[in-house]
Amino acid sequence: MSTEVKTTTCYMCACRCGIRVHLRDGEVRYIEGNPAHPLNKGVICAKGASGIMKQKSPARLTRPLRRKAGAERGAGAFEPISWDEAFAMLEKRLAAMRATDPKKFALFTGRDQMQALTGLFARQFGTPNYAAHGGFCSVNMAAGLIYTIGGSFWEFGGPDLERAKLFVMLGTAEDHHSNPLKIAISKFKRDGGRFISVNPVRTGYSAIADEWVPIRPGTDGALLLALNHELIAQGLYDREFVARYTNGGQLVVTDPASARHGLLAVDEDVEPDNPLYPQNQLWWDRHSGRAVLSHTPGADPRLFGSYRLADGTRVQPAFQLLAERVQPHTPEWAEGITGIPAATIRRLAHEMGVTARDEKIELPIAWTDCWGNEHQTVTGNPVAFHAMRGLAAHSNGFQTVRALGILMSLLGTIDRPGGFRHKAPFPRAIPPSAKTPTGPEGVQPGKPLAGLALGWPGSPEDLFVDADGKPVRIDKGFSWEYPLSVHGLMHNVITNAWRGDPYRLDTLMIFMANMAWNSTMNTDEVRRMLNDKGADGEYRIPFLVVCDAFQSEMTAFADLVLPDTTYLERHDVMSMLDRPISEFDGPVDSVRIPVVPPKGECKPFQEVLIELASRLKLPAFVDAGGARKYRDYPDFIVRHETEPGSGIGFLAGWRGADGSKALLGEPNPRQWEMYEKNNCVFRYELAPSYRYMRNWNRGYMEWAQRMRLRRYGEPILVHLYSEVLQKFRLAAQGKWPGRRPPPELAQRVATHFDPLPFYSAPLETLATDLEKYPLAAITQRPMAMYHSWDSQNAWLRQIHAHNYLFVNPRTAQDAGIADGAWMWVESQWGKVRCMGRHSEAVEPGTVWTWNAIGKSPGAWALAPDANEFTKGFILNHLISDTLPGDTSNSDPVTGQAGWYDVRVRIYPQ
Amino acid sequence: MSKQLALVIDLNVCVGCHACVTSCKEWNTQGAAGPLTDQNAYGADPTGTFFNRVQTFEVGEFPNTETVHFPKSCLHCEDPPCVPVCPTGASYKRAEDGIVLVDYDKCIGCKYCSWACPYGAREVDGEQKVMKKCTLCVDRIYDAKLPEAERKPACVLACPTSARLFGDIHDPESEASRAIREQGGYALMPEWGTHPANHYLPRRKTGKRLHADELERHDNPLKVDGRLPRPSPDAPALDDVTSW
Repeated sequence: MSTEVKTTTCYMCACRCGIRVHLRDGEVRYIEGNPAHPLNKGVICAKGASGIMKQKSPARLTRPLRRKAGAERGAGAFEPISWDEAFAMLEKRLAAMRATDPKKFALFTGRDQMQALTGLFARQFGTPNYAAHGGFCSVNMAAGLIYTIGGSFWEFGGPDLERAKLFVMLGTAEDHHSNPLKIAISKFKRDGGRFISVNPVRTGYSAIADEWVPIRPGTDGALLLALNHELIAQGLYDREFVARYTNGGQLVVTDPASARHGLLAVDEDVEPDNPLYPQNQLWWDRHSGRAVLSHTPGADPRLFGSYRLADGTRVQPAFQLLAERVQPHTPEWAEGITGIPAATIRRLAHEMGVTARDEKIELPIAWTDCWGNEHQTVTGNPVAFHAMRGLAAHSNGFQTVRALGILMSLLGTIDRPGGFRHKAPFPRAIPPSAKTPTGPEGVQPGKPLAGLALGWPGSPEDLFVDADGKPVRIDKGFSWEYPLSVHGLMHNVITNAWRGDPYRLDTLMIFMANMAWNSTMNTDEVRRMLNDKGADGEYRIPFLVVCDAFQSEMTAFADLVLPDTTYLERHDVMSMLDRPISEFDGPVDSVRIPVVPPKGECKPFQEVLIELASRLKLPAFVDAGGARKYRDYPDFIVRHETEPGSGIGFLAGWRGADGSKALLGEPNPRQWEMYEKNNCVFRYELAPSYRYMRNWNRGYMEWAQRMRLRRYGEPILVHLYSEVLQKFRLAAQGKWPGRRPPPELAQRVATHFDPLPFYSAPLETLATDLEKYPLAAITQRPMAMYHSWDSQNAWLRQIHAHNYLFVNPRTAQDAGIADGAWMWVESQWGKVRCMGRHSEAVEPGTVWTWNAIGKSPGAWALAPDANEFTKGFILNHLISDTLPGDTSNSDPVTGQAGWYDVRVRIYPQ
Repeated sequence: MSKQLALVIDLNVCVGCHACVTSCKEWNTQGAAGPLTDQNAYGADPTGTFFNRVQTFEVGEFPNTETVHFPKSCLHCEDPPCVPVCPTGASYKRAEDGIVLVDYDKCIGCKYCSWACPYGAREVDGEQKVMKKCTLCVDRIYDAKLPEAERKPACVLACPTSARLFGDIHDPESEASRAIREQGGYALMPEWGTHPANHYLPRRKTGKRLHADELERHDNPLKVDGRLPRPSPDAPALDDVTSW
């Protein structure tokens, strides 16, 4: 009997902890956290410790499957075929589309941590129709914060609980990320930190909060505006931070007659070094009483007032406009919306402001800002926040998250000790410079896409629309309907493709997304659409390819099923080109290295893409003569460079011919070996003077440019006032010299592209008879399960085999529902039968359940009488992707699916 | 005094993630106390042997609700009622470290011990029909092949919030004893006289007391921008009407 221990990276959720896998005679016997790994430091979670049962799941797919001739989609009748047949089928179909109309091919992935490769494949293929699941998940959090502070939570940054004194968590955020946040919260509490949770439900992390502040779902924006109101009214903001590091002191043209109304005033005599990120804005200097160039040495901007430039233009500091905006949003106003007493809101604001002001941290770290000022210390205002889907998954989430970014900035906590800290490669410019093509000409037969499939629009000119303003992407991303849909809109794809709006697809390839069940908003309709045929007898979505490791509700609808490996059976990279596992103190990336061989004929999806790309002769995957360039995925990872000779590859560690270089360097043929010897993780520690204030840190910016993490080095001022949004609003008002929205969307854009945060009820709330459907219904992901993945896991399903609808006892009693009784929960879109559970840990206007526990009969290789089918349920049946008037149930700015917005009523069975 | 190994579980930081539950099962099913079998693993009402489970309950009425995650396993009582009732001597308490164990070879599955245990900590394995329970990972904590830092129960190593302390509660200097002493550690149902070795640490709250004068500051930034102006000298004042 031989035993050995191998290291790799977990993938029982998206957290990416280091693990040690113990094998006996080649069989996995025990998986534990790797103490030498910087992310999880040896701990592991319920899912990670159950990885062994994933290997044993009866739902594993082990051979490529083709839907049997004559069998209906969804019936799950398949016949095994060889990989050769599968590849030949795909090659023929994809080659034909690429040669004629590449956008007929769409690739959407549930996983968003493999985008460096999936995105490259789509781009090289030439299709704009590519995205991961972010539009369905938390794009509002990413976009709202990146357009405000140049970074966001989870992979991009997070709360510095090591040094915070007050930690405020808003909404459900348990799963982003998981173990590092648990480690940090525990230490924070033990160090005497104060933890406040604002959430309609008290579970998980909220359970150990010092104070629970129940709030009505979708109203966080009102709370945040009131907190901002109170901080400004009391003078509890960090004036120096606001003046120097945000655009609060910059002057905004406030003259409705002017073509530049709402844009930042600039000194036109100063030619910007970089027209993309000009630095010629103006301050009103309070010392000299005149307009000066922003950040002029010795000057200090007025934050309030109204002034006139020499040419008579009326201007006001951005902060003045913010103060005016939040002025009516008193705690009393917010109480009526949020259900939180005004006195509590006021106290929260005071706690935040006083803690930030009076418990300052001074670290003895010298640094130089982008304007050449030398600082002897780094200052921290120790108030930290965390939020994810709870704020994001509402159709008003973008502006809510903007309000959070502004609150964090008023408190002076951005990239400072004890506040929010970035993780490499963030901070990015606002907006980041990656862009999509700007019109249909960017999609050409036989050619790569002329840009990225996903980008960061900075003005209407960056939209991906045709001359009539109509979308180019199947999901209508980057169109006037959702101009800043920076993560795409996976939830629109099936509906749009079925409708043929804006056009029909030929092939939809889905990787690891359960879109026929819990990863969709209108489950029943989507299942019908997937199976629907046109008048010609052909499926309206002609060819459906699904790649997954497990048999699921989605694989049942596939025409072709590709069996993926599990995480223990493959190579993988957590790349700096994607969403690495960076720490606050520097870039970190990591890999997976197989610890067991693939089961059956399973093939990693990465290998499928490399094989297809080689067969299709996509330029990045073949040499000049058209011959295959990469043997396999590991070979690709080592040798691929973003441009020939760029020195930038998928992995940042052990680059250079001998592995002596970091981040940048020529390919190293022994790179995998070096990762393997180093716990599968590469960690780079920034010099202390580059670890903080990175938006405005000259040393960091120069280092990041040298390392090619950034193209540009301009300082990234926090956008308290969003000029980007104002450009879209001007276009909608007919005042923008360039592109303008179609008339039917002008009002929507003008309303939602407000350069200052505002609160409006979620779109679905406005479109619901609240007398009839008075309750909000939301979901949370249980800590022991990762979406739908784990119901086939013998251990985890013993923790959650079915779910209840949790209802406040008073609400339940009013509805006549006994604890544990069968009941109905119904929205205007549908109803579902479930079991109710009385809970004092939910505010009375909300009902909630665990996400994705209920399953469709026949899926996941569970027995026909499994609890998931007989007692479990999903709320998705109650949620629509479309609202009355045929508008999408999405945030009008980002397209984020508003799946926490549904309103319901409950009644006994 | 002899050694008494135990867990001290800090309810102040436990978030109910179940890491201890499955890491325990994972270690023990493949170790000396295994297997921990499962019944109906993929069917109706799946059930199986776990040495450790997390119960979640609510205390108080909305909005003054506490949600408590409560991991529970054999408490390794100093006076364990499960031991004297065992007709075969399968249940026993080790003199050298106080761990309560079951000898599967002697166990006849009569369940007397589980009736005697006031804590519901024992489970009959559905397949092997013998009583199984937490061993404090006795097959790992003395394993000299493991690095010293890893000679702890699997649940302790797994716990992301380090809510599980492990040590000798008869040694007043151990981390476990100190935590019990200094943080209000308590035993479950002491009235039963079982003297559980495992202890729990209660929730602890951190508050913030604000003083009214903290909102009135000479350095209020609103002053810089003239937002808290002094009254104009021209405004009415006592000087206008009084000469004293």
